[in-house]
Amino acid sequence: MPASLRELRERRASVSTIKKLTRAMELIAASRIVKAQQRAQAAGPYARELTRAVSAVATFSNVDHPLTTEKPNPRRAAVLLITSDRGQAGAYSSNVIREGERLNQLLREDEKEIVPFLSGRKGIAYYTFRQREVQQQWSGDSDAPSFARAKEIADALIEAFLTPTDEGGVDEIHIVFTRFVSMLTQRPDVIRLLPLEVVEGEEPPAEDEVLPLYEFEPSAEDVLDALLPKYVASRIQYCMLQAAASELASRQRAMKSATDNAQDLIESLTREFNQARQAQITQEISEIVGGAGALADATAGSE
Amino acid sequence: MADESGKHLEVALVAAERTVWQGQAKIVIARTTDGDLGILPGHAPLLGLLQGGTVQVRTVDDEFFVAAAPEGFISVANDRVSILAENAEMGHDIDLEQARLDLERAHAAGTSSEGEHEEHVRIAEARLRAAEQAD
Repeated sequence: MPASLRELRERRASVSTIKKLTRAMELIAASRIVKAQQRAQAAGPYARELTRAVSAVATFSNVDHPLTTEKPNPRRAAVLLITSDRGQAGAYSSNVIREGERLNQLLREDEKEIVPFLSGRKGIAYYTFRQREVQQQWSGDSDAPSFARAKEIADALIEAFLTPTDEGGVDEIHIVFTRFVSMLTQRPDVIRLLPLEVVEGEEPPAEDEVLPLYEFEPSAEDVLDALLPKYVASRIQYCMLQAAASELASRQRAMKSATDNAQDLIESLTREFNQARQAQITQEISEIVGGAGALADATAGSE
Repeated sequence: MADESGKHLEVALVAAERTVWQGQAKIVIARTTDGDLGILPGHAPLLGLLQGGTVQVRTVDDEFFVAAAPEGFISVANDRVSILAENAEMGHDIDLEQARLDLERAHAAGTSSEGEHEEHVRIAEARLRAAEQAD
């Protein structure tokens, strides 16, 4: 007999408890994903209007803004890595961390020094374990990022970007995050945040749409000054919302397969349990039969 | 603009995380860094920074409301007016007493970091002003 009946029964009970847990987590992730998508949708108008405004200013004025200027000979590059706070999401965090490592490798080949900024406990744990120095880190709301958090990160990044390189500033800023393609596909992705490239939001204005000739109050420079930091914050928020939706989708999928696996395990354990029970009964019967036979033989022999 | 009496403005008051108000309006009054600005249908395209943090809107139904839009900006094009502010709020949604307390607290807490403190004070002031005007 491979395992005792009691052992099998206990294992089956514990697997079904785990199944209940993973099932609950799957359902929670599924309901939160709807909320995450609604949040992404609600943030859409702001990002769209901001993108329009920034493109308008950029098109109609030839202003050189520090945030849009490429620095000659970039030496230090900041990398913002957006991971999740919690596990149980399959390969979500390890995928995005791997993408980050690939970017780091590329930057190192270009002889740039890397300044990591981290969002999410998983990334922080990865960097702490390897005893790497981290410039700044945030955690606590990876599955429902607020705009305030995005703004906080944006302020920190802009400050680092505007600090001269020799005083600990950076020359460029990249974001590594997970893009939510669909419920089934989430792809780790890298974008360069600063210096700002061609203005291109998640929903760029249509090609044939002619931007009106704006008047600026008080002046194009001042408007740009005020708009660009907001634009950076809005892009970071976009990345964080995408990452949050991806995290929830991965979690839902991981938990669904965990639930399925637990079900399979329960079935096979039940089968093993039944077999063992049957074997025990068979053995007991043959023992009784054998015992009765031996007893009959013994009494027959004594007479 | 007599022939444009049927015209109206499509106004959207947008905060970072949601659209606060969307609808049709007759006039939008906003204070930019260069002074008060009234926007009627047919206004020239404009991008302006808001100062003082309140925007007044008269809707097509002759309703009048004030919204707090601290640190925001306004964009006008083709009779579409978008008011963007990270912390936009409707004036009548703001509790006047609470807003007063918040402003006091923001003033009192002014030692940590200068820029952040000023921002908190400005947001609190804008909310208070909007709440007062809404009453």
